[in-house]
Amino acid sequence: MATKPTFSTEVANLLHAAEGNPLETCIQCGTCSGSCPVAKYMDQTPRRIIAMVNAGMKDEVLKTNTFWYCASCYQCTVRCPSGIDIAEAMYALKRYTMWKNQYKEGLVGPTFSETFVKTIVRSGRSYEPLLAPTYIFSYGIREFFNEALNATNLMLKGRIPILPPRIKRLENFRRMIAHIIPIGGIE
Amino acid sequence: MKEYVYFPGCSLEKIALSYHLSTLETTKALGIKLKELEDWNCCGATAYFHVDELLAYTLVARNLAMAEKEGSEIVAPCSACYKNMYFTNVHLNEDPDLAEFINEALHEDNLTFTGKMNVKHLIELFADDVGPEEIKNKVIHPLDGLRVAAYYGCQILRPRKDHEDVEQPHYFEELMSAIGATPVDFPLRLTCCGGSLLITSRPAAYSMINNLLHNAQLAQADVIVTACPLCQVNLECYQQQVNQEFGTQYSIPVFYFTQLIGLALGIPPKKLGFGKEFLSPKKAIEAIKNIHSQEEVISQ
Repeated sequence: MATKPTFSTEVANLLHAAEGNPLETCIQCGTCSGSCPVAKYMDQTPRRIIAMVNAGMKDEVLKTNTFWYCASCYQCTVRCPSGIDIAEAMYALKRYTMWKNQYKEGLVGPTFSETFVKTIVRSGRSYEPLLAPTYIFSYGIREFFNEALNATNLMLKGRIPILPPRIKRLENFRRMIAHIIPIGGIE
Repeated sequence: MKEYVYFPGCSLEKIALSYHLSTLETTKALGIKLKELEDWNCCGATAYFHVDELLAYTLVARNLAMAEKEGSEIVAPCSACYKNMYFTNVHLNEDPDLAEFINEALHEDNLTFTGKMNVKHLIELFADDVGPEEIKNKVIHPLDGLRVAAYYGCQILRPRKDHEDVEQPHYFEELMSAIGATPVDFPLRLTCCGGSLLITSRPAAYSMINNLLHNAQLAQADVIVTACPLCQVNLECYQQQVNQEFGTQYSIPVFYFTQLIGLALGIPPKKLGFGKEFLSPKKAIEAIKNIHSQEEVISQ
């Protein structure tokens, strides 16, 4: 009879190019948390998250903002004495929560990433003005105006394009994407 | 004349136009030919990898496969584009099954990834391929007296690509010394600018930007110099907001390294994209004692 994989194995399976389960080699030294520039804003530090994953505390892990607050600076990854690609594990947790549609309420990250990908699938290139609605309404009134002011300044300095850019061979591009993910689902 | 395939990336089309312009001007002055990749698509930043890894690899592989038809080396000025291309190239080379799967998708656009591309960051082109010595020989207006905080940020160095020193790199400072500027002691030079947290977790990003600006100010830097569009936007365009938030009074211009190298090579400031900043470069440029085209910059 097949046994259900542990939460730690599930996460490790989402790590590309990893052999075995690297998370289980964690020695809890805390180098990651000590190196992380965002740790103080996280619900749980990277070290604790790894321990919680290994302990099978799935619901508790998925409820934290930790991995969505990872800025992908890879300081933890290059310093981990056990060679765990911790930033990549944070990506794995992000994908896990995206697929399960189960993440801490009020986070901007998941919606932003999704909209970003949709923009690329549609046109092949990124376009800032289409991304703004995913986050600007989550801000307080002062930040809302700050952001609008910044956008205006960028526009005046010629740093935001008026029209969204798009690639030329868009038809081929979209057929290519459809090979990987059901494109109907993303629109 | 050395030739590279050039992948500008989405930011350089507009928000970091000055990086694009100064890249083209300085490489031309150094006898390097950049050939822009035709019909390139977005590298995915960090977002594709949040959603679907296979999709991310496919989109990056499309660019690499197109580049393979044009040359043997591809260069990206943006750290995120560079990191994504570099590691997609490595992973697809290490995993033939993954490469085969992705090639099936690429065939829809009549492309095949073979993995023979060499991926480089633009700053490596200056630091390794040309080298500080040769740049020094071509300097017309040394930036004497300009105190620069050479800011590496994250993804140029991390994750570790080859055997480079990820804790104590010095090539950026060497480039700045080669053009006569004075690199200051800037302890946070490898610390993250916050990246896309500026959008997704703003309070965290503001505090990270504040730390960096504070550190640069303590070091009495006239300017911060960067090699990444996201770092430039975070550190410069949000300085006012950070001032509001923390009651600080920062006014530190943030330039691309290519803009400063361009000035030293005697390229007119306008051609290097000066004038698109939120913060006037005037004060910083005044610090440059030797520059002949000073008037022109100040008048902008």
